[in-house]
Amino acid sequence: MTKTAALAEKIKKITGVQLPECYQCGKCTAGCPMAKYMDLSPNQIMRMLQAGTEASIKDALSSSAIWYCLGCLTCTQRCPKKLDPAAVMDVLREESVSKGIASPVARKILAFHKSFLAVVEQTGRMSEIPLVGLYKLSTLDFFSDLLLGPGMFFRGKLPLKPHLIKGRKEIKRIFSECKSGRRGK
Amino acid sequence: MRTTGYYPGCSLSGGGIELDMSIRALAGAAKVELREIDDWNCCGATAAHNLNHELAVALPYRVLSLSEAQGLKDILAPCAACFSRLKGTNVRLARSPDLAAHMKEIVRLPYGGGVRVINISEFVNMLLAEELAGKLTAPLKGLKAAPYYGCLLSRGEGIIEGDDSENPSSMNAAIKACGCEAVEWNFLTECCGGGLSMSKTGAVVELSNAVLSDAKASGADFIVTGCPMCHSNLDMRQPDIHKAGHGPYNIPILYLSQLLGLAAGLPPKALGLDKHFVDTGAITAQVDRL
Repeated sequence: MTKTAALAEKIKKITGVQLPECYQCGKCTAGCPMAKYMDLSPNQIMRMLQAGTEASIKDALSSSAIWYCLGCLTCTQRCPKKLDPAAVMDVLREESVSKGIASPVARKILAFHKSFLAVVEQTGRMSEIPLVGLYKLSTLDFFSDLLLGPGMFFRGKLPLKPHLIKGRKEIKRIFSECKSGRRGK
Repeated sequence: MRTTGYYPGCSLSGGGIELDMSIRALAGAAKVELREIDDWNCCGATAAHNLNHELAVALPYRVLSLSEAQGLKDILAPCAACFSRLKGTNVRLARSPDLAAHMKEIVRLPYGGGVRVINISEFVNMLLAEELAGKLTAPLKGLKAAPYYGCLLSRGEGIIEGDDSENPSSMNAAIKACGCEAVEWNFLTECCGGGLSMSKTGAVVELSNAVLSDAKASGADFIVTGCPMCHSNLDMRQPDIHKAGHGPYNIPILYLSQLLGLAAGLPPKALGLDKHFVDTGAITAQVDRL
């Protein structure tokens, strides 16, 4: 199997989406709240995956579009072919990170998601102070939203101590198994 | 007395603490016992499904498995995002025995698929049909509410059942039972910008502004939501939205459970109504006047 066919196969396996079924009606793009921020529209992404050339796949994987996608499911809900573009976007994001070709636009978004998962991996749950701390360290963006902190704190919305679940070892093991790359299952 | 399993989710001890307070207070008023799942973990939220498709199922799988082992057949997940991840996992496991077997291997816990996940609208509608029927003693007469479903209380194949994804109505009966009018408006299922709040604030400001602006134009006195993400984008970011040249709106954002709690005569403080960034005084004053 060529590398590009392997991606189509992976998408089918994880999401059930058969790429050739997309007939390019554009409904996904018409309803997408983030389309105006994207370098490629959702239907263009689908088309490039259908084309399946090395160049088109690389463009899709390194697009900003896949990172601007919010996972709001509007495209998935409205697709007349019952394809699931939102789930395809998830596979593309994962693939783009594992190939190291994520768009520079993704830098902060990725930093946020990675900080989020790092906190969950260590404690079992998300808590705001470690999450925001890690995020700010990894982006060196110390000043944005600074004024929200005290406002949240005085409203009792920023617990100082993260909750540690009992099954932390279990969670760490689940993370390591999922990261170990028995991927595509 | 009814007992329901409870999955608060992480936000409900932080940014979404009023959702937890109001759900617990409302359940207390209805004499429904909420039994928190022992040792629950994070559902993985957007971060997991964006970065690792196995983790996105494995984390909710552990929660569902723990619930089943603890004898909790129904679990309430008031956060719309947790609800969507947990129930979405149920749907995917039911569709694919291979995935279920694979998850059992990864998580090393059994799960037979016997847990039903309930969202905030379903929970509130259940209470209204039974425990709270005829018990809303403090109706908020004359107020107009914009029911806001956002993404995760309106969409998701097999996840949202018995409602119209383009024009949902699962909150309408509750809003009416509280003495309020549910306004007709256009943005009830539009996205607020969700999890990009910190990393792409500019885009989130634009999307949330569109929601607030349409709610205002519809004549709504407040917006009703069931999602901590929507709540923080619409409530906490109103000053940012104003700074970007829109509004000011000063429109309070209430959780559905806070609205019900007020109508059930619970004190605003017990419902966390003093924890909002936008003052909720105009709404709570309506109850005080009774």
